[in-house]
Amino acid sequence: MTALLEVEQLEVGFGSRTSAVRGTSLTVERGETHCLVGESGCGKSVTALAVMNLLARGGHRRAKRLSFQGEDLLKLDDGGMARLRGNAMAMIFQEPMTSLNPAYTVGSQMTEVLRRHKGASQRIATDRAADLLARVGITAPGLRLGQFPHQLSGGLRQRVMIAMALMCDPQLLIADEPTTALDVTVQAQILRLLADLQRDLGLGMLLITHDLGIVARVATRVSVMYAGEVVESAATAQLFADPKHPYTQGLLRCVPVPGKQRQDEPLGSIPGTVPRVGPGFEGCAFRERCSFADETCAHLIPRKTASSGHDYLCRLPA
Amino acid sequence: MSVVAVNAGPKRGWKSVSTWIGAVIVGIAMFCAVAAPWIVPYDPFAQDLGKRLVVPFWMAGGSSEHLLGTDQLGRDYLSRLIWGCRISMLIGVTVTVVSGLIGITIGVLGGFLGGRVDDAVLFAITTRLSIPVVLVALAVVGLLGSSMTLLVLTLGLLLWDRFAVVARSTTMQVRNLDFVAAAWCAGCSRFRILSREVLPNIASHLVVVATLEVALAILLEAALSFLGLGVPPPLPSWGLMIAEAKDYMFFSPWVIVIPGVALFVLVLGINLLGDGLRDLFGARTDT
Amino acid sequence: MLSFLTRRLIIAFLVTATVMTLAFILTRLSGDLATSIAGPNATQADIDAIRKAYGLDRPVLTQFFDWVGRALTGDLGESYFFKARVSALIAERMPVTLTLGLTGLVIALVVSLPLGILGAVRENTTLDRCVQFVAVLGQAMPSFWLGLILMITLGLQLGWLPISGTGSWQHFVMPGIVLALSAIPALTRLTRAGMIQAMGSDYIRTARAKGLSRASILLKHALRNAAIPVVAIAAVQLGFMLGGSVVIEQVFALHGVGYLAWESIGKNDFPVVQAVVLVLAVIYVALTMLADLMNAVLDPRLRGP
Repeated sequence: MTALLEVEQLEVGFGSRTSAVRGTSLTVERGETHCLVGESGCGKSVTALAVMNLLARGGHRRAKRLSFQGEDLLKLDDGGMARLRGNAMAMIFQEPMTSLNPAYTVGSQMTEVLRRHKGASQRIATDRAADLLARVGITAPGLRLGQFPHQLSGGLRQRVMIAMALMCDPQLLIADEPTTALDVTVQAQILRLLADLQRDLGLGMLLITHDLGIVARVATRVSVMYAGEVVESAATAQLFADPKHPYTQGLLRCVPVPGKQRQDEPLGSIPGTVPRVGPGFEGCAFRERCSFADETCAHLIPRKTASSGHDYLCRLPA
Repeated sequence: MSVVAVNAGPKRGWKSVSTWIGAVIVGIAMFCAVAAPWIVPYDPFAQDLGKRLVVPFWMAGGSSEHLLGTDQLGRDYLSRLIWGCRISMLIGVTVTVVSGLIGITIGVLGGFLGGRVDDAVLFAITTRLSIPVVLVALAVVGLLGSSMTLLVLTLGLLLWDRFAVVARSTTMQVRNLDFVAAAWCAGCSRFRILSREVLPNIASHLVVVATLEVALAILLEAALSFLGLGVPPPLPSWGLMIAEAKDYMFFSPWVIVIPGVALFVLVLGINLLGDGLRDLFGARTDT
Repeated sequence: MLSFLTRRLIIAFLVTATVMTLAFILTRLSGDLATSIAGPNATQADIDAIRKAYGLDRPVLTQFFDWVGRALTGDLGESYFFKARVSALIAERMPVTLTLGLTGLVIALVVSLPLGILGAVRENTTLDRCVQFVAVLGQAMPSFWLGLILMITLGLQLGWLPISGTGSWQHFVMPGIVLALSAIPALTRLTRAGMIQAMGSDYIRTARAKGLSRASILLKHALRNAAIPVVAIAAVQLGFMLGGSVVIEQVFALHGVGYLAWESIGKNDFPVVQAVVLVLAVIYVALTMLADLMNAVLDPRLRGP
């Protein structure tokens, strides 16, 4: 059975100077949450935008394969993509405070999606919007529909965004750091909401985050990105139990575990900074910061398979 | 369709073609203005009723004697055009100096001192904007008679609003910056802060405003002179030349086209230069 | 909202009062009004008689407050030249000026909005460069000269439009175009900048992610936000246009308020000049308040929680 979303060797550049994404591959299955994790600037958001064809002007993408439910997305023009966006593929973003149009009510912004894609009447669309608002945990949905975005808090706005994304019963939901801009307590609520929705609706979810804690909590599979590439990809439990790539290992070391951290032990960190990678870069981008690197790391790095469903990009033995 | 992003745009500042065109035009105009007494082929005021409405040299019947022909009183058009440039530039610069002094002082005081002073400044600006400028200028000249001094004073007293607005907003921005606070803490007097910290930082914005104001003053003076209430005749203001040509415009259209084109090109050049300076300095000319 | 409105009204009132004072001072600048009215051939007896008849022998302050008091009730005095009530004269000419102003505004918006949107959508392309250049050209163009050129070409050589008078709607086309040219550069720039900003915003990214149509994203979502300052500025531009109409009305022989003012200046008809300045100022103040109101109406964030 084909995966919901298949990305193979995706490359994204802006102009001729930068390579934001260099050969990323991942798949999202129905009913699974695939987390794409990495630090700022590693290209994870750009990957998501490239999948949806929402890149900024000057951005261009190329891939060996990019398909959704078996349909080749690379062949679709903008009109074709627009039919999928908000419909079978939905996306929510990081900044709920600015992601809604301040000039229109919550209700009108939600109903327009259903009316656009399914030709529904205003009545039906409003009812569905109210249902979804209730579903995402918003009380008094009828009242909220008539309100403007500036009248809602950040957490509420993000719930509205989620509800809006669900209007047309999407199969795939891409969430780009949906909780980063929210308070910690609200974060937990939103994550739980997303997990519940995914389970109830059988959604496939691509969740982008920099927070390993979130990954541990909700992810079925994880792909770790560094400097534009996926350096390791595995089922969550496996990744945490047996990380193979030095970067992943470093990341996990950085997360202090209460109870396990000794008192005078320094917190883990990875020395150095993420390099700027332009087109034509060869070899491993992590080699400057890796304690196991040698001169062979400057050349083509093989993709190794540790076990079924767990691969990583390093020349080191397992 | 992708999201519009800010990216490398066309060449800006000193690399831009249009800025250079503007600079060249302004350069020529300044040269004409300064050197007019020496470069005019004829006396712009000398009438020669035997040679009225001679056509420019590129038209049939024209000669190289009068390159741009003559007007309805036989005066050499090229000479009048050059002299008119002198008048336009003179008015433009002097009016801008007067309005600049007024506007910058008011704006800086309001922006720097804030509070009641700023309220008063805003009130003055609002009042000034409510006044119909052209009408009041016409009325003043109409009631008091036209003279260069009066014209410059009137326009100077009417056109300071843009200076005030920009001076005020930029002063307010600079006032809030850290290095001003640092100078304050170091015990500098208000005056020192104004002259050493504030003014140098708002200067570039004001230079841009000044260029655009010169253009505005020139256009306004032309309109007033066109209506007969600007520069006193027989001084050949381009506006006045257009007005005089009105009676002949159907038969001898060049008489009205030439000064109009000159006016348009000059103002265009100043605006292009001003825009180029704005891009160069990264200045803002609005609030 | 209410306190905001009250504050604006108070300022509007104060501004009007100041302008009234300035207008009064303006007409008294030339010194002895009676002499000016009497003309160069008058005897001293004539001048004295005129002074008495027009109440110019009273103290200046008395004259001022008299005028203010009467103006508040709508009595703007009597014209020296026309021998008619000034308010009646202005009311008679106002429709022409208003028609001219509104025509200019409509033409300006019809040109600026699409151009601004075009420039924004095709940002930094040749087309955008052209749009910006049009704005620069418009700013440099002397309006009275353009009016004359249009008269020669469109009016006489092509015979498409009448060149003077106010008989029909065609009479307002050329003057309207010329007047619009003074507002088009600013409105185009503002629309373009606003659209560029709107199109780069997060909520437009959301709109795209929702798969909405291009037209919907551009016009329903982006323009709705970008247009807010444009609408406000348009109201203010109308005020400027009405104030600057004196030149256009003279060129095209349109007998509006501006033309009246110009005639009155030539005839030293002070009450009319004074009154026109005041009326135009009041209209401008009213338009700026309208602009603020429209801002509040169009931007839900300004209406309060």
